[in-house]
Amino acid sequence: MDWGYFKELLMGGVVKGSIYALIALGYTMVYGIIELINFAHGEIYMIGAFTALIAAGVLTVAGFPAWSILILASAAAVVWSASYGYTVEKIAYRPLRGAPRLSPLISALGMSIFLQNYVLLAQTSNFMPFKNLFPEEGFLENISEVLSATEVIIIFTSAVVMILLSLFIKYSTTGKAMRATAQDRNMAMLVGVNVDKVISATFIIGSSLAAVGAVLIASNMGQINFFIGFIVGLKAFTAAVLGGIGSIPGAMLGGLVLGCTESFGTGYVSSDYEDVFAFTLLVLILIFRPAGLLGKSDIQKV
Amino acid sequence: MKPILDVKNLTMDFGGLRALDSLDIDVRPGEIAALIGPNGAGKTTFFNCVTGMYNPTQGDVLVNSPSGYSTRLNGLKPNKVTERGLARTFQNIRLFQNMTVLENVMIGRHCHSGAGHEIIMDPDNSPVKRMAASAFFGGMEIAATLLKGKRFKEREQETVQYSYKVLEKVGLEKFANNFAKNLPYGLQRRLEIARAMATEPFLLLLDEPAAGMNPQETKELDDLIQRIRDKEGISILLIEHDMRLVMSISQRIFVMDYGKKIAQGTPGEIRTNDAVIKAYLGEDIDA
Repeated sequence: MDWGYFKELLMGGVVKGSIYALIALGYTMVYGIIELINFAHGEIYMIGAFTALIAAGVLTVAGFPAWSILILASAAAVVWSASYGYTVEKIAYRPLRGAPRLSPLISALGMSIFLQNYVLLAQTSNFMPFKNLFPEEGFLENISEVLSATEVIIIFTSAVVMILLSLFIKYSTTGKAMRATAQDRNMAMLVGVNVDKVISATFIIGSSLAAVGAVLIASNMGQINFFIGFIVGLKAFTAAVLGGIGSIPGAMLGGLVLGCTESFGTGYVSSDYEDVFAFTLLVLILIFRPAGLLGKSDIQKV
Repeated sequence: MKPILDVKNLTMDFGGLRALDSLDIDVRPGEIAALIGPNGAGKTTFFNCVTGMYNPTQGDVLVNSPSGYSTRLNGLKPNKVTERGLARTFQNIRLFQNMTVLENVMIGRHCHSGAGHEIIMDPDNSPVKRMAASAFFGGMEIAATLLKGKRFKEREQETVQYSYKVLEKVGLEKFANNFAKNLPYGLQRRLEIARAMATEPFLLLLDEPAAGMNPQETKELDDLIQRIRDKEGISILLIEHDMRLVMSISQRIFVMDYGKKIAQGTPGEIRTNDAVIKAYLGEDIDA
């Protein structure tokens, strides 16, 4: 067996997987709290990529140094995506809070189509080249055989972001309120939690993570268009379901498992079947563990 | 003295069903009052109307807090009702099972912590201002949690200390770091009361606190409720089927049947009230 090749595939899978995980977190957090599959989440990610592209373009023309472009463009993407996430929840989901569960789902699909077409009209239908925002750094040379600098940054950034998120959920007041809301929304209200604010915070955090993922993935892929949100969103959603939707560690694990499966599948069998591997894995896991890897099966409430 | 909870002419319809029919109930400061009645009489619906879970069809729910302000609670969301000094527990246990005992109580402190709270909550401020404040303080909170800023630490410390004190009051401090789901039943009930107390209410609404408890646990609960009233100055309105508990601790009792109040009075008066006996036991055949 060729270990070098194996390592390469493994690292490729981890890179891919950590980005899936970042975006899957948005799905899983929203599902955990309001039991809605936010289909517009992929579009929020796409908007993040476009924002970063535009911001980076402007900053490059203005002559900023490479690292500051990366940071400022990411910040712009995060802020812009977060405000989109917040607004989408406010206008498309909040009025349907008490409605049957299918209604917000349809609303989510509508929002997704709307945002895609809005970007299509406002921007372009062509693929836009996305300049790699990560400057090539000398200190990464000694591992460049296995991983490019971009990939190292991707893994590092997603790991840091996920650790920060876990700490936030565990220790902050808002994090506690989120967990309480996820477990019993009415009871959370009765102990004084402003549930509307908690839900908004969830959307803001989820969208910010998607924007971070967008900057990372676009830098790695090198091009974006208005439709990228769909397939990435679908993959991230798969990762969330795989790990057990509603569970935050589940989304992280699901992302990595999915990324590695795709990477090994394409590397050892054929790259034509990338998506086949991803979704076969999903089907298999759902057959044997319907609640996902780390999901808990619903206990019937009395 | 003004009653702290003054419910007037409260009516609640579900479609064609009148669940509550012009109900008048009041709770006086420092009182333990009980609400009894056969199953399906509308007792829990009454609690739901008072705490903002339902929006009543008609009538007024007024509170006069000991600190002097009066508000009408109709149509307020549950968290706003809690902010105004009412707290409740449920018939079935509704703890946050996957959080620790301490965290459960800390959540109860939620509405009393948080920087920028006043700006964000004040409906007089413009939406833009509230949103900006919300984003700003939200961001600050994230930063503070992650960097463990000094003020954040102090506030956190304060919340933890306060929550411990609340746990001591109900005798749960030993279990602070256990998961709520691992507590025995009787203690889970106590934790529910502790969590409600952490919101600093002046009126506590207890929905069948003794349900499923053995006589020993009920006796302890009896003591706990009296202690909450005497030591904390919290008035209590409870729904309960355990008549021994009701008769021994409450000053006044309200009796409901089919959504209507059929009697009110001291335990002695209720015990001999014909309408109450009829509601519970049915009509005498000979009569």
